[in-house]
Amino acid sequence: MEYVLQMKNISKTFGEVAALHHVNFEVGTNEIVGLLGDNGAGKSTLVKIITGYHCPDPGGEIFWKQEKVSHLTVSKARDLGIEVVYQERALADLQSLWRNIFMGRELSNRLGVLDQRGMVRETRKLMSTAMGFTSSAVTPESTVGTFSGGERQGVAITRALYFEAELIILDEPTMGLSISETRKCLDFVDGIKQAGKSAIFIDHNIVHVYPVADRIVVLDRGTIAGQFQKGELKFDELIDRLTHLAQTGHLETNHPKAR
Amino acid sequence: MASANTTERPLSPAKERGKFARLLRKYALQIAIVFVALLLWAFFFWRSPLTWGSYAIYNSLMSTTPYFALMAIPLTLVVVAKEIDLSFGSIMAWGMAAFSVVFMALRDTNPQLGVYLGFLACLLAGLFAGWLNGFIVVKLGIPSLVTTIGTQFFWRGVVLVVTDGQGLGMTVVKETILYNLFVGRFLGVIPAQFLWTIAFGIIVWFFLNHHKFGAHVYLVGDNVDSARLMGVDVERTKIATFAVVGVAAAFAGFVVSEQVLFLWPTLGDGYLLNTLASVFLGGTSVFGGTGTVFGTFVAAFIIAIINPGIVAAGWTAYWTQLIYGFIIVVSVALQSILRKRLT
Repeated sequence: MEYVLQMKNISKTFGEVAALHHVNFEVGTNEIVGLLGDNGAGKSTLVKIITGYHCPDPGGEIFWKQEKVSHLTVSKARDLGIEVVYQERALADLQSLWRNIFMGRELSNRLGVLDQRGMVRETRKLMSTAMGFTSSAVTPESTVGTFSGGERQGVAITRALYFEAELIILDEPTMGLSISETRKCLDFVDGIKQAGKSAIFIDHNIVHVYPVADRIVVLDRGTIAGQFQKGELKFDELIDRLTHLAQTGHLETNHPKAR
Repeated sequence: MASANTTERPLSPAKERGKFARLLRKYALQIAIVFVALLLWAFFFWRSPLTWGSYAIYNSLMSTTPYFALMAIPLTLVVVAKEIDLSFGSIMAWGMAAFSVVFMALRDTNPQLGVYLGFLACLLAGLFAGWLNGFIVVKLGIPSLVTTIGTQFFWRGVVLVVTDGQGLGMTVVKETILYNLFVGRFLGVIPAQFLWTIAFGIIVWFFLNHHKFGAHVYLVGDNVDSARLMGVDVERTKIATFAVVGVAAAFAGFVVSEQVLFLWPTLGDGYLLNTLASVFLGGTSVFGGTGTVFGTFVAAFIIAIINPGIVAAGWTAYWTQLIYGFIIVVSVALQSILRKRLT
């Protein structure tokens, strides 16, 4: 399998606390990776290293499409095509839909004058295709504060897709969403797969991760406790093993951990 | 439905109405503020037709309203970016203090050149003071309310030290082109500063609504975390809004001093209340993220007619301050209610 992102021997210590030790993690091209783990397992530290927010401890290596990346920064990660879809925080509630879609990357001429028509047109196109908004009550001029949680998540994901992200990281996207909104959000994740992009889907809730992920990686106390390919394990078995992990700190895997 | 909207086909009557309703909702605040202005004007006219039926009152409104409208317009940017500036009154005087230093140095050799260079020094001083406000707020993380109360006292103090508390005659300005340019009468009737205020309003409106800078101002005021995550340069945007207010305040100080042909060290005192009232009455949210230049512009004239309106109606002018304060509280309270209903 071709990897879009490969991380080798990643450790991260904050003072005395080791958030990650010797983690090997990779995401294949057009693969949806579900990242599971309890609070404090190291999920967000791992994500922050991928987005260039944190620098890994010496010895760790990051490869982007088989090329080594040294000193990954936030802006460098964005240039490579790594996009994070943060929940709630990522939208400006009082602004129109098109201003949110193009937030921080407004279409403009060389003098900075906005190409408003162009942005509204693109937004309208995205609404009917990617976002699946069919209600005539929603226009590119609608303020996103009036949207439902699922719609908002859709806006955030569509924004990432529009800007040609190669790897989209979804940080607990279903948190606080209703059942139907969650369904809609998971459809967007399917959309990422259809578009040929890769994603890392982080969630507490295995029920959400299981159906959309190609592979599930379980993090526990800073190490990778195990991983499963889709179909390798039935849903119930996975739940049993995770419960066992929570109780004993040991995860049974079908394959040895060393790769 | 969505695809029908994308084509430029003529819309059906129902759609036309829907579009009209949407436009109405979008510009509701601006329409409301114009109605408030007209109602208030009609009321004052009814109370004193003699005053409001003559040109003199409009001439005076057009020449004095710009003194604070020139500052209220850029202050809108600062408030949209969820910050506040209380120091502009002192910056008016600080700009003129810089003017006086340059002017005095050249008074005996080339007074006209002194005026031109002094004007330049005035604008630069204002730019610096505004930038400093922004720098302290952004880089040191001090709330703008506290920062600008501090700089307000600081610049006033600088002015008193530099001018030694003395005023300065400005009659020599009359010999330069700047006099006619800024406070002359266009076509013999319209005060030039009024036209400058309109031009200034259009420029700031353009930058706020049709430029990347304005888009970032809205985003920073609406949700600073998401703006930062999405790559908006929050620091630079905020500093720029403060810097624009600084330049505008210095310019307003120059216009006031030119009009009265005298530089008072107390210049700028008494502009705080009506400038802030213009911004808040104009519909700019104290919570950041929304606001219009048009609203501020119209509101400035509403604020301006209150004082003469009260006096012409035969009531005591002591009411003025009470009403300004009332307007600030009511408009801010209304924003809070509107915000709760919208989100």
